[in-house]
Amino acid sequence: MRLAQQLAVESDLITADLVEVTEFPHLAQRYSVRAVPRTVVNETASIEGALPESEFVRAVVAAAHKS
Amino acid sequence: MALLSDRDERDVRAQLASLDGAVTLVCFTQELACQYCRETEQLLKEVAALSDKIRLEIYNFQLDKTQVAQFRVDKIPATVVVGAKDYGIRFYGIPLGYEFGAFLAAIKDVSRGGTDLSPESRAALAEIVQPVHLQVFSTPT
Repeated sequence: MRLAQQLAVESDLITADLVEVTEFPHLAQRYSVRAVPRTVVNETASIEGALPESEFVRAVVAAAHKS
Repeated sequence: MALLSDRDERDVRAQLASLDGAVTLVCFTQELACQYCRETEQLLKEVAALSDKIRLEIYNFQLDKTQVAQFRVDKIPATVVVGAKDYGIRFYGIPLGYEFGAFLAAIKDVSRGGTDLSPESRAALAEIVQPVHLQVFSTPT
């Protein structure tokens, strides 16, 4: 979550939600969350686990270009 | 009973002592049919009391439609962390446990209006030309 919120601070185009899965189990099911953290990007892509900064940014930018 | 222990309070107060700009925590809650709304509201009150730079606004998710629409909140409990502007950071569910650290970090980031991301990361983010919505699914432990 730390990186996602940092991205939101740095870019006016990025918003970051932290969703606590035990309180919103229907969303965990909808987005097939089997392990955490799982980051869903624009409903179309996902990032599994906690990645280093450079990899996370690369994955978000790549997903943004695809969606 | 307080959610933050005396020791937690001391730690958090020390972390928040270096805040630059004002921060507003915008809480969306309701009394019924929301398992952690009351605890979330209590936690935010406890955190806001630890820094004179933090202001707390509490809205009813059912009744305060203007604010719900303004902050585009779609579930509760919700906490929006706002600095000089709304940076688009929301916590859905009570930000305790592992998420409490991310919550404090968000407060500090929006307070200064910047992060420690590398120049390379900032350059990569500048390539984004359309809205990106990140949903990070996590657990308290």
